[in-house]
Amino acid sequence: MAELKVEAVSKSFDGEKIIENISIELHDHELVSLLGISGGGKTTLFNVIAGLSIPDSGAVYLNGEEITGKPGQVSYMLQKDLLLPYRTIEDNVALPLLIKGGKKRQAREQVKPYFAEFGLEGTEKKYPHQLSGGMRQRAALLRTYLFSKDVALLDEPFSALDTLTKGAMHDWYLEVMEQIRMSTLFITHDIDEAILLSDRIYLLGGRPGRITDEIVIRKPKPRRKDFNLTEEFLAYKREILEKLEQ
Amino acid sequence: MCLPLKRKLQNITGNLWAGAAIAGLLVIWQLATDLKLVEGYMLPSPVSVVKAFIAEFPLLMENTAVTLGEAFLGLLFGVALGFVMAVLMDRFERVYQAFYPLMVLTQTIPAVAIAPLLVLWFGYEMAPKVILIVITTFFPIAVGLLDGFRSADRDAVNLLRSMGAGRFQIFCYIKFPGALGRFFSGLRISASYAVVGAVISEWLGGFSGLGVYMTRVKKAYSFDKMFAVIFLISAISLVLMWGVDLLQKRCMPWERGEKNDRK
Repeated sequence: MAELKVEAVSKSFDGEKIIENISIELHDHELVSLLGISGGGKTTLFNVIAGLSIPDSGAVYLNGEEITGKPGQVSYMLQKDLLLPYRTIEDNVALPLLIKGGKKRQAREQVKPYFAEFGLEGTEKKYPHQLSGGMRQRAALLRTYLFSKDVALLDEPFSALDTLTKGAMHDWYLEVMEQIRMSTLFITHDIDEAILLSDRIYLLGGRPGRITDEIVIRKPKPRRKDFNLTEEFLAYKREILEKLEQ
Repeated sequence: MCLPLKRKLQNITGNLWAGAAIAGLLVIWQLATDLKLVEGYMLPSPVSVVKAFIAEFPLLMENTAVTLGEAFLGLLFGVALGFVMAVLMDRFERVYQAFYPLMVLTQTIPAVAIAPLLVLWFGYEMAPKVILIVITTFFPIAVGLLDGFRSADRDAVNLLRSMGAGRFQIFCYIKFPGALGRFFSGLRISASYAVVGAVISEWLGGFSGLGVYMTRVKKAYSFDKMFAVIFLISAISLVLMWGVDLLQKRCMPWERGEKNDRK
């Protein structure tokens, strides 16, 4: 499978440095969060990793191969689900296969089995506006997964959902991840979410953004959903809050 | 289940009111002519207009076929030209800067003013009529599509780029389908322009068509036939716009549910 390495990446916009000397690693089957305040350069870093923008210095490697400035290597999902309103869910989900040059009919066949796995049965022929926000994010995640099973970049995927839906999505997400075990780099500004979902957390802070700390969450997976009510969870939260304040 | 039915009922009652207003006007018109408030040769009664329509029906249809033929051909080329212009202006900023003002300028020229010139240059056959229709119909299409292309969601474009999509794929999957709504709004306008454009160009030179028929009956002071052809022209425009609506529903099936959901 995959290993992603970001080495000493810096990037400026209009003369202002947004991120500086960022090095992170993502190992096989790992879920790693980038935790930091909004506007701290997390999305800039993601655009560099996705190959959408070229860093001023530094490089990105996937399985030892340099992919700096090369889109189409890792999959990418945003806070907005970005499902195309004029395509049915199955055609939205099949989009990455079509872009890689697949035929429409084949692509539809190929995506079919995943609908059950992602809890999306019965939505194949529906249009995005007929689905709830949570279901739309599921479809967006399935599309992300179908693009690349190696590495996924998720940019605050659940932050637009209301608290209750978000909780349900976390349960669902942990469950799905047990099965598909996709290596994932996860941006969030929600400390609870980061602790609940991650194997490791990078703290991103300062201006320009730097990696200030790294925290390993030693709770084995699968995690139960009441993990966030335990002492252990609170201890992690306390540690992170202290480190963020420094 | 209940809501769409209710809306349909509201639609029907809305149509009822419009129908009642039109019927009322027709009755007043009929009475005014029957009571000789207006002389019959100045304003024919609705009944005599209907009679004229029936009597002239074969001739009217013959001319309609000619006018519609010009309108369709002109609209077809107009849509094609509008599409090409929109794509080029979207793709190349220079083309946009160079041609957008020029395109706007073509719309400030009154059709009646250039039609005689076109007749002088291209003769009395189809060519000048089709050209006039192209000039009047390509603009709403080009502007609608260009607006649609330009308002494509940047994040959606980036998402496709991150999947390794090229420019053409981004056009097919995002820009074009996203612009369809605006395209059809433009097409609705262009379709009615096409009929009016055809009639105007026939006034100013031609051998057949509803515009030629119109000038002929006007010279004969047959006001009943005049009214018959006027109503026929607006009926054709209405049918065309309705056709565009049908086409839009066919091409954009996702819109149907969306509107119900919003209400």
